[in-house]
Amino acid sequence: MLDIKNLYISFKTPEGIVKAVNNVSFNLPKNESLAIVGESGSGKTQLAYSILGLLDKNAEVKGQINYQNKNILSLNENELNKIRSKKISIIFQDPMTSLNPYMKIKKQLNEIIINHNGFTNDQATNESLRILDAVKIQDSKKTINSYPHELSGGMRQRVMIGMSIICKPEIIIADEPTTSLDVTVQSQIMDLFNDIKKEFNSSIILITHNMGIVQNICSQLMVMYGGKIMELGDTNKIFKKPLHPYTKGLLDTVPKIDEDYKKLKTIKGNPINMINPPTGCIFRTRCSNPTNECKQGTTHNALIERESHHWVDQCCVNCI
Amino acid sequence: MSNSILCVKDVCVDYTSNNSFLFPWERNKIFRAVENISFEIFEGETLGIVGETGSGKSTIAKAIINILKISSGKILFKNNEISNLDEKSMRKYRKEIQMIFQDPLASLNPRMNVGEIISEPLITHYPNLDFKEVKNQVKDIMESVGLLPNQINRYPHEFSGGQCQRIGIARSLILKPKFIICDEPVSSLDVSIQAQVINLLKELQEKFKLTYLFITHDLNIAKHMSDNIMVLNLGKVMEINNSYEVFNNPKNDYTKKLISSIPKI
Repeated sequence: MLDIKNLYISFKTPEGIVKAVNNVSFNLPKNESLAIVGESGSGKTQLAYSILGLLDKNAEVKGQINYQNKNILSLNENELNKIRSKKISIIFQDPMTSLNPYMKIKKQLNEIIINHNGFTNDQATNESLRILDAVKIQDSKKTINSYPHELSGGMRQRVMIGMSIICKPEIIIADEPTTSLDVTVQSQIMDLFNDIKKEFNSSIILITHNMGIVQNICSQLMVMYGGKIMELGDTNKIFKKPLHPYTKGLLDTVPKIDEDYKKLKTIKGNPINMINPPTGCIFRTRCSNPTNECKQGTTHNALIERESHHWVDQCCVNCI
Repeated sequence: MSNSILCVKDVCVDYTSNNSFLFPWERNKIFRAVENISFEIFEGETLGIVGETGSGKSTIAKAIINILKISSGKILFKNNEISNLDEKSMRKYRKEIQMIFQDPLASLNPRMNVGEIISEPLITHYPNLDFKEVKNQVKDIMESVGLLPNQINRYPHEFSGGQCQRIGIARSLILKPKFIICDEPVSSLDVSIQAQVINLLKELQEKFKLTYLFITHDLNIAKHMSDNIMVLNLGKVMEINNSYEVFNNPKNDYTKKLISSIPKI
């Protein structure tokens, strides 16, 4: 349904050109859920923003994002607005700052349906109330007439999720939807996502750095590092047997509740600087045994299908 | 009296809201953030405090280092009462109680270089030390937290989040304190860096015989770090026990709920 081909995103900054996304290709079938994991600066969020044409003005994009036989990158603002929320919607990371503090919840929700479906105000309010019930907000009549600051973090995130499903979009992009929430609220929101998946038949792209919530929601997993895909495949398969040292590192660094450790395993080193990425294999500065070949390898290394439907970065294909 | 390093007895902390701007004649509203909290920490141990936002975790930390006044109860540090001391008499305890903050970049002054940041507590508490001695001590401590001594003249913005947190840890260690309060030290770091910082904190604990009060909302990390765990909810202690018991045999309903909501890998 969504098909991304050879996508490059770079930003011109006073310090130099930041190459945020390098040669990323994948497709998202209907009713699939894909998780994108990676550290900060790995390009996950910029990739998501590019799908909705939300990149900053200093961004330069190359490649193709095909959706319904149209390249999203070539659309103008008007055409993009017809897709945003209606076909593809996004849930932003921080529920505290992504709602307009001057507008009541009612107005923010109604705005979307009125623009896209041409509802009258009363029809829109009814629809908004229904959607607030759907995201399990108790006392939706009271909530709809309140301002964002009157709601708790979890409630605000529910409103954001409601906002994103109000037009029954085909794709929902969730950018770290639970990062700023407590564990108990997090698990409620995760349940909500599972319900939405069943009820609305939407595809979900979940961006996160929490490996735990990936397995509960998404069937496909994509691991990014330095703006590139390191590993792509079935979530359960990757969790059972990661083929890339970075994925393995990410899974190992999280302490598990039912095991005891003397020392946590780490991925050595720090995330790379995207202005001057290392030559050769992008992961080599953090790899435990980089060879000379890694140093010389081209930066445009591709993904290799090592097992059926399980792709790994070319350079690290035999690391594990 | 027991020989605990820190003893907190029936402590309550109230927040008083200022007089309303619109209705200045209104009475001040009082909000009780923590209620009747008691616990003890022994030397070399780690007490983990877990709880959700608004459960009073940070309030306890602030009360211990005397940024907040407590409304009732007692806080004893090595059997000396330190609750509600004035700034001057608190100063001698500040050498022994240090704090590591949540946001690594925000807790460092952007206009000071690393050397100045780390040496500031040292110069404040020992004004008679000569320059060379200060510099040597700063370099020693930088090495033990995994920073390169030649980075001493750099500024915080030149470092990544994990390195900034190392600077924060170096600053808290320079006075050779006995007791360190870690207020969510890793929650704003990436997973791979989290593990590095957690390992560093554990190493330092062994090396300098430190006692930690470790505040976090991540139960996995709390279990890994702590000997004992205190579970807070809405300012009240739900459960306090050794960490094995809390996770394998939780007594309290709220604790059970917290543990069941951890996503499993």
